Amino acid sequence: MSEIVSSESSSVYDADGPNEVVLPNGRFAPAPLPHELRRADIDPKAAKRAERQVANLFILAMLMALLFIVAYVAVDKDTVIALPVIGTMSLSNLLLGLTFGLSVFCIGAGAIHWAKKLMPDVEVVQSRHDMASSEQDRAEAVEIFQVGADESGFGSRTIIRRTLLGALALFPIPLIVILRDLWVTPPDSPSPSALLKETIWADGVRLVVDGTNRPIKPSDVPVGGLVNIIPANLEEVQKAEGNLNARAKASSLLIRMRPEEIRSQQGGTTEEPWDYQGILAFSKICTHVGCPISLYQQRTHHLLCPCHQSTFDLADSAKVVFGPAARRMPQLAITVDSEGYLVARHDFTEHVGPSFWEQGS
Amino acid sequence: MNSMAARRRHPAALLLMLLVALVVTGGLYTAVSSTTSAQAADQPWTQTQVDKGKKLFAEGCSSCHGLNAQGSSIAPTLLGAGQAGVEFQVGTGRMPLAAPGSQAPAKKVIYSQEEIDAMAAFVGSLAPGPLSPTPAMLDTSKADLATGGSLFRTNCAQCHSFAGKGGALSNGTAAPTLMNATPKQIYLAMITGPANMPIFSNETLTIEDKQSVIKWIESLQANDNPGGLALGRLGPVTEGLFAWLAGLGALILVAIWVGVKAK
Repeated sequence: MSEIVSSESSSVYDADGPNEVVLPNGRFAPAPLPHELRRADIDPKAAKRAERQVANLFILAMLMALLFIVAYVAVDKDTVIALPVIGTMSLSNLLLGLTFGLSVFCIGAGAIHWAKKLMPDVEVVQSRHDMASSEQDRAEAVEIFQVGADESGFGSRTIIRRTLLGALALFPIPLIVILRDLWVTPPDSPSPSALLKETIWADGVRLVVDGTNRPIKPSDVPVGGLVNIIPANLEEVQKAEGNLNARAKASSLLIRMRPEEIRSQQGGTTEEPWDYQGILAFSKICTHVGCPISLYQQRTHHLLCPCHQSTFDLADSAKVVFGPAARRMPQLAITVDSEGYLVARHDFTEHVGPSFWEQGS
Repeated sequence: MNSMAARRRHPAALLLMLLVALVVTGGLYTAVSSTTSAQAADQPWTQTQVDKGKKLFAEGCSSCHGLNAQGSSIAPTLLGAGQAGVEFQVGTGRMPLAAPGSQAPAKKVIYSQEEIDAMAAFVGSLAPGPLSPTPAMLDTSKADLATGGSLFRTNCAQCHSFAGKGGALSNGTAAPTLMNATPKQIYLAMITGPANMPIFSNETLTIEDKQSVIKWIESLQANDNPGGLALGRLGPVTEGLFAWLAGLGALILVAIWVGVKAK
């Protein structure tokens, strides 16, 4: 199916020749450009020089491989050097990378140089064979299929055909039954939808500092202050449940602004507002796709999500002012208990985190 | 107890209470002044410093912040900024401001430490505000590095990035890198909340917690880049970009070399 055109015969396709040539299979192809001889083809000295260059590259590769071993043994791994542009780095890493990389590169470069300068570079034409099988092959394939179908009796033995179809139709059902358990929970536990809607924040649960579990008094939070908070009972719940689900839902943040800066809140009355003297608590889980966010900019009162730049105005009910989030950040109603520590008044009234199908309004 | 409650309106009770209060105050004073000499009184500065600071303030700051630091239409009041606020803003070169913008950038500090202390004393003397830390408060030798790392990731990393290299905020503002911050500057920033940074009060993030955070940031600053070319330590974004541009670029160059006919 292919034909090699030797460098001699290629001379028929010279610059003055036809633009197209007729291939052995009767099709047309663009005429190859005239063959040009390389310097190494004409000049034996140039060929010798190219040979030396290739050998030198291979010798360099050997040298680099040996230097790698030397560097590995001799250079202390803790030695640090300063380089322009790159900055400080480990000398050992630099030498190992350089020597090994150059060793591999020189082998490849030598091979390419060898092929380009010294190996024959005659143009070769290889015709593409037909994509389709021959008429005879196709006829044979159809015949084999027909014979198989007849011999198996798929067409004539209807009872076998129907039971087989029935078996194939029924076998995926067990898989669906198993998968169904992903959303049907045991009778004594709440539905996943309910689980997503509630956190462990509840009436009287103290707000404590995330990381140190210290309870917080209103006087501890200055105007412009930020505290990352968790419910005081989080650790017990976490231990009992054996996972971090409670933390993922209840993580919140506490900020304080001057009361007159608060333009609106998500709930509460004038007598019993959801803030406490300008101290506001919000969920920390972004309503877009659930990144924990606490990039609070105390001058603008904007809360910024680093994942997709959703921005919420905490002075105005945490409304979305920018970005892909569709819902505001849920606010946690707070007050102080008899000992003067900040506590939640009840759970979030809107579910925290990303929206989901069954969330309702 | 009942007999004491009955006598609490006795004229002598007031005198007694006054005496007790004086003894307690005096006792506390001696106790505090003997341990931390730097904070001798409740005002850690001298009148000489305040007077000098007043002059420097009038020369360098009052054109925007007003002669009595009351603020103006173009600059906020400094009443309540405190000694710590001034020391951070002037000590990092953010003030005096070169040009109005979305955020005051850190630049070359133009005042000597002595002058900064004087201005900080003057502003601190005007109204109660956060005080600069004593050297003992910045001693991180007993701080716990692991706690610091955990607190840093909870409270700082969201803006300053996990590696402390800083990051972008909204409306042209950005959280600066912490790589050149001194322990004192880190402490001052936490208690004063410069620009858009919220305040992390000593009640919710105690001095010990702050020492841990400072120790963690110091460990980040001391981190070497064994591979060189840290690319901002921003992780996959810059590393991926570098791999695509430099790595693929090099491969394309090699491919071109392979494809070009030899002469």
